[in-house]
Amino acid sequence: MTSFHEPEMIALKDVCFSYSDRPILNGIDLTIKRGEIIAIMGGSGGGKTTLLGLIAGRLKPQSGSVLVNGLEVPKLRQTELYGLRRKIGMLFQFGALFTDLNVFDNVAFPYREQTNLPEEMIRTLVLLKLEAVGLRGAKDLMPAELSGGMARRVALARAVALDPSVMLYDEPFTGLDPISVGIIGRLIKRLNRALGMTSVIVTHDLNETLRLVDRVVVLSQGKIHRDMAPEEIRSTDDPFIRQFADGLPDGPVPFHYPGHDYWSELMGQ
Amino acid sequence: MSAYFIRLISALGHLVTSRIDRLGLAARFAGLLLLSLRIALGRLSLIFREVYFSGVRSLSIVAVSGLFVGMVLAVQGYEVLQRYGSAESLGVIVALSLVRELGPVVTALLFAGRASSAVTAEIGLMRATEQLAAMDMMAVDPISRVVAPRFLAAIFSMPFLAAIFSTAGVIGAWIIGVKLIGIDDGAFWSQMQANVDVRIDVLNGLVKSIVFGTSVGLISVFEGYFAAPTAEGIATATTRTVVISSLSVLLLDLLLTVMMFRGLS
Repeated sequence: MTSFHEPEMIALKDVCFSYSDRPILNGIDLTIKRGEIIAIMGGSGGGKTTLLGLIAGRLKPQSGSVLVNGLEVPKLRQTELYGLRRKIGMLFQFGALFTDLNVFDNVAFPYREQTNLPEEMIRTLVLLKLEAVGLRGAKDLMPAELSGGMARRVALARAVALDPSVMLYDEPFTGLDPISVGIIGRLIKRLNRALGMTSVIVTHDLNETLRLVDRVVVLSQGKIHRDMAPEEIRSTDDPFIRQFADGLPDGPVPFHYPGHDYWSELMGQ
Repeated sequence: MSAYFIRLISALGHLVTSRIDRLGLAARFAGLLLLSLRIALGRLSLIFREVYFSGVRSLSIVAVSGLFVGMVLAVQGYEVLQRYGSAESLGVIVALSLVRELGPVVTALLFAGRASSAVTAEIGLMRATEQLAAMDMMAVDPISRVVAPRFLAAIFSMPFLAAIFSTAGVIGAWIIGVKLIGIDDGAFWSQMQANVDVRIDVLNGLVKSIVFGTSVGLISVFEGYFAAPTAEGIATATTRTVVISSLSVLLLDLLLTVMMFRGLS
């Protein structure tokens, strides 16, 4: 077991994971230092969200080890895992706000469930978090009344409510307008610095991500294709990364799904 | 021909193993649910909230249905009883039918259609929109926080709803029998009082309601929790809840009736 004082907050060693007989991750080695912000990028279905699931202990690898804060996550019992998760925050792709609770109660949820704080103190803490994401004035709104960007900001306030050491972001920019993307990006950076967190961002949004992160890890075919600084992404001539960065329809990731020969199929052969 | 036969056997085998697999999943889920009941019972406010959504909001449909069923029983019962000159026994016949059988059974069927289907859809949607995953990530067990209160609400609500159904049914029968047909008011109530036994009739009806509540509650939360996170998946889960709950209520009713009333005659 690693010490709590070691610089690595997250360490994956030779991790393999598959759904039934479909391999997703194959021999992943990844170390993330305390305070780092890293982006996990790659094509759809490349195992990015699976990687987050493994770090959070929502999935168990077939082999290899996943260490978070020195704890071997797949071997933890439920109570130990829940103990660890109190130090991990996660922002889901579409926020995952509780639709039967208003904004205030959504952010108050972790305090009410995980602490014995008096309601007056919870109120103060919730207002502080909502102020940090600029939505104190929206505290009485229901999730259905929020725009996509606002919902994501409320979910972010809820995810950092207990001041986690690790933040996991599952495609935080998906479906947002450019203003909301900029707001969420700045909030991620600001909160990471203010709370001294380690952040892992799974994303496709190259422009915003490169402004935020310390490192970019590119996944391809279940392996780490490249682990590089953000500025290298723009200059590299790696064909896979060029296709990804320039949005090219064809390349190492083919446009066509594998199938029979086109001409033969047209001719009915 | 042999290839077709092999495919048929294979499909049959797959059907059987998938059903056994699902039964195993349900048993494991029920075990987890039982383990979480202690935590859930410590938070009565969550259970009361679900009793309100499942039970209290089902009151009107249960009471109105009970009233109509009682009225129909009175019309049908009177038609037969008057042939034998025992129309005064109408109150007993209706009360026994309601307390022993129709109260618990029809209430459970109505509950499955009105409240359990809604519980399945709600939990299924919470899963599809990652609300359960978010809860789990906040170190809050979704089974204790979301599933168990809804399950317990079904168990607590069912006996009260069945009692209301039976009461409304007796009132319906009284309106038809006494007020419209003209059966003697005193005979209607006194025969009912003399022949309806608290232990044999009322208590057994109560036991049936609790068993049906447990069954319907478990099916609704299980189907919701394991619903595929798609529109079709939730629609299928909701349908399965209503169908499986209804069949389980009828099957359990048969078993319980045989156990309770065997040898009484």
